[in-house]
Amino acid sequence: MKVVGPLIVVLALVGIAWCCTEYLHWYALFGLVIPYVAFALFIIGLIVRIVRWARSAVPFRIPTTCGQQKSFSWIKQAKLDNPSSKAGVFGRMVLEVLTFRSLFRNNKVEKRDSKLGYTSAKWLFIGALLFHWSMLIIILRHMRLVLDPVPQFFQILEQADGFLQIGLPLLYISDVLIVVGLGFLLARRFAIKKVRYISLSVDFFPLFLLLGIAISGIIMRYGFRVDVAGVKEVMLGLVTFHPVPADQLSTILFVHLFLVCTLMVYFPWSKLMHAPGVFFSPTRNLANNSRAVRHVNPWNYPVKVHTYAEYQEEYGEKMKSVGLPLDPEVVSTNG
Amino acid sequence: MAKVPPEKELVSYSLKPDTTAEWMDTPTEFREGMFCHAAKPKDLETVDFPFPHKWSPSDEDWGLPENWKEIILDGMKDRLDKYRSFRLFMDVCVRCGACADKCHFFMGTGDPKNMPVLRAELLRSIYRRYFTTSGKLFGKLVGARDLTEDVLKEWWYYFFQCTECRRCSAFCPYGIDQAEITIMGRELINLLGLNTEWISGPVANCYMKGNHVGLEPQTIVSNIEFLMEDLEDITGKHIEPSFNRKGAEILFVVPSGDYYADPGIYTFMGYLLLFDHLGLDYTLSTYASEGGNFGFFTTNEMAKRLNSKIYAEAKRLGVKWILGGECGHMWRVMNQYMDTWNGPADFLEVPKSPITGTVFENAASTKMIHITEFTADLIYHNKLKFDKSRNDHLVVTYHDSCNTARAMGLLEEPRYILKAICNNFYEMPEETIREKTLCCGSGSGLNAGEDMELRMRGGFPRAEAVREVRDKYGVNTLTNICAIDRASFPALMDYWVPGVRVAGVHELVANALILDENDDRQLDMRMEELPSAVAKREAEAARAAEEAAKAAEAQSDGEPKEGDAE
Ligand code: HEM
Ligand code: SF4
Ligand code: SF4
Repeated sequence: MKVVGPLIVVLALVGIAWCCTEYLHWYALFGLVIPYVAFALFIIGLIVRIVRWARSAVPFRIPTTCGQQKSFSWIKQAKLDNPSSKAGVFGRMVLEVLTFRSLFRNNKVEKRDSKLGYTSAKWLFIGALLFHWSMLIIILRHMRLVLDPVPQFFQILEQADGFLQIGLPLLYISDVLIVVGLGFLLARRFAIKKVRYISLSVDFFPLFLLLGIAISGIIMRYGFRVDVAGVKEVMLGLVTFHPVPADQLSTILFVHLFLVCTLMVYFPWSKLMHAPGVFFSPTRNLANNSRAVRHVNPWNYPVKVHTYAEYQEEYGEKMKSVGLPLDPEVVSTNG
Repeated sequence: MAKVPPEKELVSYSLKPDTTAEWMDTPTEFREGMFCHAAKPKDLETVDFPFPHKWSPSDEDWGLPENWKEIILDGMKDRLDKYRSFRLFMDVCVRCGACADKCHFFMGTGDPKNMPVLRAELLRSIYRRYFTTSGKLFGKLVGARDLTEDVLKEWWYYFFQCTECRRCSAFCPYGIDQAEITIMGRELINLLGLNTEWISGPVANCYMKGNHVGLEPQTIVSNIEFLMEDLEDITGKHIEPSFNRKGAEILFVVPSGDYYADPGIYTFMGYLLLFDHLGLDYTLSTYASEGGNFGFFTTNEMAKRLNSKIYAEAKRLGVKWILGGECGHMWRVMNQYMDTWNGPADFLEVPKSPITGTVFENAASTKMIHITEFTADLIYHNKLKFDKSRNDHLVVTYHDSCNTARAMGLLEEPRYILKAICNNFYEMPEETIREKTLCCGSGSGLNAGEDMELRMRGGFPRAEAVREVRDKYGVNTLTNICAIDRASFPALMDYWVPGVRVAGVHELVANALILDENDDRQLDMRMEELPSAVAKREAEAARAAEEAAKAAEAQSDGEPKEGDAE
């Protein structure tokens, strides 16, 4: 159920977009209204969620330290895994976000009778990197559809991505890798028992959706061969708020676009928020310097304590009996 | 104390758990030996905790107040606003499973609900149901479920099968820290008076008497005097410890286990021998007689209430700075919480070693340093002379306690000391030390007697690593800088790796420390003969035997002579 359900939903989304444009010709709805609404919901959702996180306090400085602290000049500090300065934290975050450093640390424990063994486990790390980096490159490549003229950076990126020079149109490596990456991530959700056990329908849904987006994109490029110039005209119209009719575009484009719109609406309310979330993580984005620089808790409040005066009052006689000094100042103030 | 099944039975689990039923449909079975006794009402009353009442975890009816659900949900709401960690960790997990096999409780039980990600989902499923739109609308479809008494019991069972060790957090790509979630979960449970006896008892003790074990001032003094007598027998030095003394330079705070129970006491003797040797101007306090903080295992507020004594006492006594003993969770608190709770400590000075002149800038604000920092600095500056061979009877490995490793990063200081004081030091496998260190299985208030099976299971991965170095290098000593380790490892070693003793780093420091040129000690801190003494005795015995043999030869008529028997 948790697998089939999301798959059916994604297939239904494809079907809806197909029928509504191919047969009902609701071009304005799918080429204009839905993209605008979806984008607006995406931005609003992002802001709502991020503001909600930002408004939660960070009462304590609780980095997870994964290396040697800063103490003496003669003991080498792990500046990235146990940062004590803003620069160190920045470095740690860059590595987390761009290279999934913590995931790189991954290992696998195996049990044989009464022995445990630890083996390297880098597949998740590799699969995750493949998928995320291809997606980043693909998103950047899409910028040529909404920018005119296309800045040189994006042109170079596109050439680099197609450097294999296979086929016509040129095969983008990122297209292959994103499908491989997503396929791998999906496969491990089935194959690894523990992972299947913890998976929810909402873990399968984004994978199917992203696969849907990637595959429909690939079909457009290598199968149906949509009219890219026409697409660009429509997209430019959308982003400059001078929309042009989208009637000419092929149905598969509408499917692709509709899935992307779904992703945009879904994103802020789902686990995909891990993307902005990672920047907010208090176990990663804080320096381990709370002994050197005081961290202030915005909601710190006074608490009831058992004071020395009370202690001395209760145990004064016993303290005297073993020659412990009594504090005269405390006694006098306590009446 | 609950009986622990034999080793064979304990290791018969699989790390590929049976996952045919969904976890939400798998009821929680309270297994004897895997949980602690319920909190006693009087202990909760001592610290004004809500809903003190008599109950037992194995009861059907936990005596919950009528509006318990409301209390829990209000409590969640409150904490979601107060702790970004909590809100974020509820939101961003992608269930990639990287953390799944990183928890020693999963590794030692094979229970899938001990995978950190699932432990979090126990709470997250409730968060979704009551605090997210999708959860309200789609329920189970999106991993949401209703809050019921069974869920509450499940929380209780599994949040007291987490030692808040943060190992999972080191491996999570977003740093999701199940310790944070467990801390929140325990706070919530606490709102209903559902703590454990082993935690709330020490909390009440510490609040009233200043230390977990509940020693009153006269007993602390006599205990320590008793230890000093032993120390005098060993070293010939008479040491007068100082208590509650105004005007001392340093307030020295240790976990109470160190002056209370074997083998912590040997570490304590080590501290005081070192201080006496240095002529350090320090004082102990009977009021702030606990460095550890079991309050941290109930609520943030309680932890702060207990912790307040340390700065208050430092201020009353007018000391310049604070030195802390070997303890794990104590140092989580000192490093990441104390200054925020009860600071600023502007009445103190930045710690400065009176011996080396080193100024500890890394503690410029809290004004408190760790004793291994202090001692490592002494060694670096050649202020101490050691006879390493005095530790030659020990083949040593070192266990990083979770908190000093993953909530501080105190990794090299103790190793630096160990390498200076003993000849035989071996590391356990790379994947089980430093930031990847494996918990003793008894942290965060789980070191009771009635949950012994849980402790043996949770500690199994650590014990297994010790066994590896025992078999490979003959390791017979597991050193550490944590009072809970010292309290819990002996049982763990007896069960899994018999023959391995447990010792604090400063016990070994004291063994090796050369006090003066006349220091020809024969005994170590445990009053066992030092290797040199054994060698000397054996050599003498051999010589005596040889001489006796010669004498016997000379007297060839063979009259039996007295004292020849051996
Ligand atoms: C700052 C940007 C991002 C970072 C650092 C990041 C990091 C990660 C990491 C470390 C994982 C866990 C490994 C894995 O399961 O693959 C993951 C999973 C995932 N990410 Fe991201 N991500 C980012 C942005 C995004 C975006 C923008 C999307 C999609 C729109 C996305 C979609 C996913 C999905 C679907 C998974 C789950 C894969 C699975 O089911 O196994 N990520 N991400
Ligand atoms: S490693 Fe982090 S993101 Fe992955 S399942 Fe565990 S808690 Fe969730
Ligand atoms: S904090 Fe430690 S004990 Fe708790 S879930 Fe994580 S790894 Fe397990």
